[in-house]
Amino acid sequence: MSDQSCVYIKKEWDIVAARQMGRDIATQVGFKTVDQARIATAISELARNIYLYAGAGKICFEAIETVQKKGITIKATDEGPGISDLAQVMEDGYSTSGGLGAGLPGVKRLMDEFDIISKSGEGTTIESTKWLR
Amino acid sequence: MNTLKLDLENYRDLLDEYIRTKDERALYQAEQFSKQSMQQNISPEEIINVHLRSLQELYPELPDYILDSFDFLMETMMSYGLAYQEFQALREKQLELKSEIAVAANMQKTLLSTVKPEMEGVDIGALSVPARQMNGDYHHFVVDDEGSLGVAVADVIGKGVPAALCMSMIKYAMDSFPELRMDPKYILGSLNRVVERNVDSNMFITMMYCMYNTESSTLTYASAGHEPGFYYHKEKDEFEEISAPGLVLGVSADAMYEQYERKMDKGDMLVLLTDGVTECRKGDDFIEQEEILEVIREYKHLSSQEIVESVYKYFERLQDFQLRDDFTLIVLKRDV
Ligand SMILES: Nc1ncnc2c1ncn2[C@@H]1O[C@H](COP(=O)(O)OP(=O)(O)O)[C@@H](O)[C@H]1O
Ligand SMILES: [Mg+2]
Repeated sequence: MSDQSCVYIKKEWDIVAARQMGRDIATQVGFKTVDQARIATAISELARNIYLYAGAGKICFEAIETVQKKGITIKATDEGPGISDLAQVMEDGYSTSGGLGAGLPGVKRLMDEFDIISKSGEGTTIESTKWLR
Repeated sequence: MNTLKLDLENYRDLLDEYIRTKDERALYQAEQFSKQSMQQNISPEEIINVHLRSLQELYPELPDYILDSFDFLMETMMSYGLAYQEFQALREKQLELKSEIAVAANMQKTLLSTVKPEMEGVDIGALSVPARQMNGDYHHFVVDDEGSLGVAVADVIGKGVPAALCMSMIKYAMDSFPELRMDPKYILGSLNRVVERNVDSNMFITMMYCMYNTESSTLTYASAGHEPGFYYHKEKDEFEEISAPGLVLGVSADAMYEQYERKMDKGDMLVLLTDGVTECRKGDDFIEQEEILEVIREYKHLSSQEIVESVYKYFERLQDFQLRDDFTLIVLKRDV
């Protein structure tokens, strides 16, 4: 976790700041516009969830560069109410957006790797990575 | 016309051709592209990207604001791609569910199957068709040691899987009754207790149980809130509604049922049904009882099985081949 950059999410406009920082890092890593748009959309979803359901939290980014591959990891952390039924929220069609395809399953599709740890009453941590191809 | 792959080169050439000639052929190809991209799960933002890069190659001098506008468009289209992918995933899931239900429906058919007995002196016809895949109607034939025929027709209020599951229970309860006592009122009373104990209180089952004694030609019947049947008197050439008072199964543990008896004369006919028959609709209106009787009357000279099938065909057509409720029709004719 060397060069991590974070944006704190408290207000709705913080989502924009998170997108901006994510896009900048994605561009540095070498992602082209289509993937930048996907990464930004994923960031929006995660940040909006923090804003809506946890009230406050942060989104951190990490550029990953090894000899074999490059990528970006988004880590969304909050100490909100947590998600009790993870299987349910990862099911298509569960999101309250209904039919927009967004929500957490959408994030999973936009990115390459996706992991949630959440405990009722303690908060939620979501980590998701996209690799440069 | 050969089909084209959605790659940059093809797209660029076609776009170029279209811009120069305004040819319909290029537009037709674009339509093919569109379909193929969907098949290959290519999302809108990728197409926009291919479009942008084609433009850049065709017109290297394009001003920045045009190029930038595509980033904006791409962002605007993101949700469409996501929604489409979700739709695809849900569609696959739906197909899975559908085939699972088909398996369950088949299993139900086997579980609930009843053999129509071949008996001297009585001609039996029976047909039960589910509105959806699983049947919430049920009918059952049994012949006891003394040669009496028992016929049950039941209907769960509700359709589909829950109704079907409920019916399986009824079938096993009936199979477990001792064969010596087939009095309709006794059978309904016992079933009522089984249903009351085991089924959710908002699930109701109606049943009509008839017993026909071939020796004495007497018909005994009792009903648990079931749709009335019809009795055809050959001599008078008249139909009469037959029903018996009785609570729907499962409402109250100590419900009692009364049974009625009548003698069946030669050529007389008993018609049992579920509300899928009486609640057939013509457009928005329910059909009248008269119409059902008229149709039955029209076919009454046929064998019992031919009658039920012909009546079914008539109502199936009347409802544009889309049943709204499970349809069960049973005909018993005394023929000697
Ligand atoms: N960070 C979070 N903290 C608590 N609950 C969350 C969080 N993120 C998501 N959830 C819960 O999971 C559900 C699904 O989230 P999501 O897939 O983003 O769809 P949507 O936000 O459209 O409902 C939300 O309705 C919410 O109940
Ligand atoms: Mg959300």
